[in-house]
Amino acid sequence: MKTLIFLIRKEFRQIKRNKVLLPIIFIMPILQLLILVHATTFQIRNVNIGVVDNDKSTTSLNLINTLGASEFFSITAFPAHISEAESMLAKSQIDMIMVIPQNFGSNLVREKQADIQFIPNAINVNFATLAYSYATMVLRSFNIRIITETTPTIMPVQHKVVNIIPRYYFNSEMNYKWYMFPGIMVILITMIGLFLSGLNLVREKEIGTSEQLNVTPIKKHHFILAKLIPFLIIGLLELTLATVLGILVYNVPFEGNFLVLVGFTFIYLFVVLGIGLLISTMANTQQQMMFVAFFVVIIFILLSGIFTPAESMPNWVQKLNVINPIAYFMKVIRMVMLKGSGINNLIHELISMTIYAIIVLSLATFRYRKTS
Amino acid sequence: MNIITVKNLVKKFGSFTANDNLNFEVRKGEIFGFLGANGAGKTTAIRILCGLSTPTSGEISVAGYNVYTQTEELKKNIGYMSQKFSLYEDLTIYENIELYGGIYGLGLKKIKHRTTELLSNLKMYELKDTLIGKLPLGWKQKLAFSVAMLHEPAIVFLDEPTGGVDPVTRRQFWDLIYEASNSGVTIFVTTHYMDEAEYCDRVTIMNNGIIEALDTPNNLKEKYSAKNMNEVFIKIARPNITH
Repeated sequence: MKTLIFLIRKEFRQIKRNKVLLPIIFIMPILQLLILVHATTFQIRNVNIGVVDNDKSTTSLNLINTLGASEFFSITAFPAHISEAESMLAKSQIDMIMVIPQNFGSNLVREKQADIQFIPNAINVNFATLAYSYATMVLRSFNIRIITETTPTIMPVQHKVVNIIPRYYFNSEMNYKWYMFPGIMVILITMIGLFLSGLNLVREKEIGTSEQLNVTPIKKHHFILAKLIPFLIIGLLELTLATVLGILVYNVPFEGNFLVLVGFTFIYLFVVLGIGLLISTMANTQQQMMFVAFFVVIIFILLSGIFTPAESMPNWVQKLNVINPIAYFMKVIRMVMLKGSGINNLIHELISMTIYAIIVLSLATFRYRKTS
Repeated sequence: MNIITVKNLVKKFGSFTANDNLNFEVRKGEIFGFLGANGAGKTTAIRILCGLSTPTSGEISVAGYNVYTQTEELKKNIGYMSQKFSLYEDLTIYENIELYGGIYGLGLKKIKHRTTELLSNLKMYELKDTLIGKLPLGWKQKLAFSVAMLHEPAIVFLDEPTGGVDPVTRRQFWDLIYEASNSGVTIFVTTHYMDEAEYCDRVTIMNNGIIEALDTPNNLKEKYSAKNMNEVFIKIARPNITH
């Protein structure tokens, strides 16, 4: 126990003297939270539309104006021909083409129906789907107006419509920042945990100080704990800092109990720090450690459902999330922050993470070799 | 009385044999020189004796402990100074001493006492709050030796302790070694400076993983009819070079 205190004190002294580490620990997270939360918006605005109007009637003009009046769209070009529009789409000058066929206006009156065509740039599938569905929404209101205006009856047709009035639970304002903020926090805490602990250990191997430690009667678990505890404390400080920032800057509603989040983060940090240490017991240079850690982290982050819900991923991919600590943390942090979930609702995650922590740390301690 | 016994020590890395059937004993309290060209297998052997590396085969006992099964007990009784300087450059002299003192289980009081003792001896006491990284190499080496002696081990292993150090500091370093030896500590030292070999009680000369000679410097000079250890070494390590 006394030995452990000496070892931890040494780690803190080194962290304190490291001119690069401290800014990484405290400034990088602030910047990430201030910038990245905005970078991951799913909402789209200002879709640039090029209209190929082959009709040039009052009705077509009316349609174009309706679309242009929406906050989602701006009509930026009127190419004369579809081929010209396509080349603009290819150059990314516009995001979507709307083609209005000849006789659109008269067909609508005579046949009571007419077609138009949307051609969105679908490189980003999500963007194309949203742009298309926004356009459909705008068109629907256009339709209703047309029907009322052009139906030549004195008694307008009664439309029987079921009105849907949604109320969005847990993120009532549908604020994507509230959804993304906890996600970015997860990335932050994970990166700090995984990289700092692991790099620290490999660095000692590189400069040769670990050999001097290996020739002492130091206990392996003391060594591993001394590499873990300082970064555990830093990770929890980071969590607090990020939470305060989220509440002040983004007004994220913190529905749950902060202590529940601290408790879960505590266990989670054991897991990621353990993974970092495990990787570093197998790596000989900081470069190797970085490379492997990046590989692991990127896979885990994308699988975790930070951008897209893990539930809509293929079944076998979801199964991979059983061993993905980030997926557990991602779920828990959003549940606690936005839903106000308490320990009762998190028992499964809590037990899984605890088992994970025990396995990873045992492996790291076992893999750490004092004798080669 | 022998403090180190090595019988048929073999260490292989894949198909490469770094130590090929070494046999020697080190007597308690002597300065035992381990000589050889670069790559002769000195560091491999010293790492095995310190419990840092497991031998492929052979019977080896250090300070009464078996190097296969009792590495941790063994480590309590030895000090080691590696070829590569390995104190923490971003900690002060005192912080380094405190750390190693803590690891060897000395109390704070004992650590403070040993710090004063060791640093006064090195005439470096007023530097105790200086970062190690700011010291010249020779001073660092002397400190590393003192830290290896911190817990008063029975044997100290020094792996090329004076590499890259100027002649004056080397001389001072050897004064430290003599001092430790006089207080009863066994010194096991590797070097490729042949003048240093003259300071040892007995030396072995290794070449290509094999011990070619083991005797006192005087006996070796007589046997190879050489003026100094340098000639002895050249005659053993490079037998086809003639003057």
